Amino acid sequence: MTRATAEEIAAHKLEAATDEFSLVVERHRPQIFRFLLASTRDVDLAETLTQECFLKAHRNWGTFRGESSAMTWLMRIAINLQKDHWRNRRMQFWRHTQTSSVDMDDAGEWLPSGESSVERQLLAREQVSQVWTAVKGLSERQRTVFLLRYVEEQELSEIARATGLSEGTVKAHLSRAVTKVRAELGGKQ
Amino acid sequence: MNFGENIGEKRTDRNIQAEPGASNTEDLALEQALKNFRISVVAWSDAAYGRPRAVTQAVRRRSWRLAIGWAMGCALAVGVVAGAGYERHRAHEMARIEAARLAGQQRLAIEQEGRVRQQQALAEEEDLLAKVDSDVSREVPSAMEPLAQLMAEDERQ
Repeated sequence: MTRATAEEIAAHKLEAATDEFSLVVERHRPQIFRFLLASTRDVDLAETLTQECFLKAHRNWGTFRGESSAMTWLMRIAINLQKDHWRNRRMQFWRHTQTSSVDMDDAGEWLPSGESSVERQLLAREQVSQVWTAVKGLSERQRTVFLLRYVEEQELSEIARATGLSEGTVKAHLSRAVTKVRAELGGKQ
Repeated sequence: MNFGENIGEKRTDRNIQAEPGASNTEDLALEQALKNFRISVVAWSDAAYGRPRAVTQAVRRRSWRLAIGWAMGCALAVGVVAGAGYERHRAHEMARIEAARLAGQQRLAIEQEGRVRQQQALAEEEDLLAKVDSDVSREVPSAMEPLAQLMAEDERQ
């Protein structure tokens, strides 16, 4: 094989990898953003973390062996990023005197107006606000597992792979999270 | 971009059934709440994802926060350093004043002691002179006695 041919093959491979990665970004970026938005309730922060997530994924794209789906791999990066963010934030509490995260009531405002009546819309808004209140009270792991299950609608096995936990642990966290949500809904209905 | 297709329609049912220990009414309420929650998050995310990016504003706000944070941190550090420096200087000054006061006291004590000694020495000297005078006067030879009497009479007159 001549040197020119080897270089051509390498360039072709690089181009193919770039195209492949662009497709992954296009397909999964909204979902990663949604998960981070639900986790942080901060649009700016969710955008920043989403960008960081894909930057990190791009750097490590060569090491992705396809053992799990690209979505699971990206979700794992996103989970670690938001975990790091909270850890750093706790350490640097004096740098941020106030959070820019959206209030639970404001987050609950986002409902499509397709509901049949005003009463049902109000009830739905109230329910969403209660779920947000419960989600806020969950531990970091419970919240992650809960959001992956009920917002991203992932299977338990996918959640286990993304979080690095066993399926049994995921089930336990999910059960506790649902119990808290149920209590929040039951207590105020 | 819309990524909320068929939101919360069928998978939520299966998820809730997987959770044990709840009545059907509760399950239905929970199922409905979770469905609404998902719809809400998806709608919010769609709106936020599709909005024009206010990158400069965000960056500016973050950089302002960063600048304020740094300024506060620097002010705190300067305050701590200045406070520590002032405290050290004050302690040094107090020690210097105390040493000066002690030295002054010591000097006064030495001076006073010297004065007392000097007075004692003067008194001793006067006693000695008086003694010498009386001794000398007693030791006037008998041959000079008439002259001495005359001098005494002159002095009296």
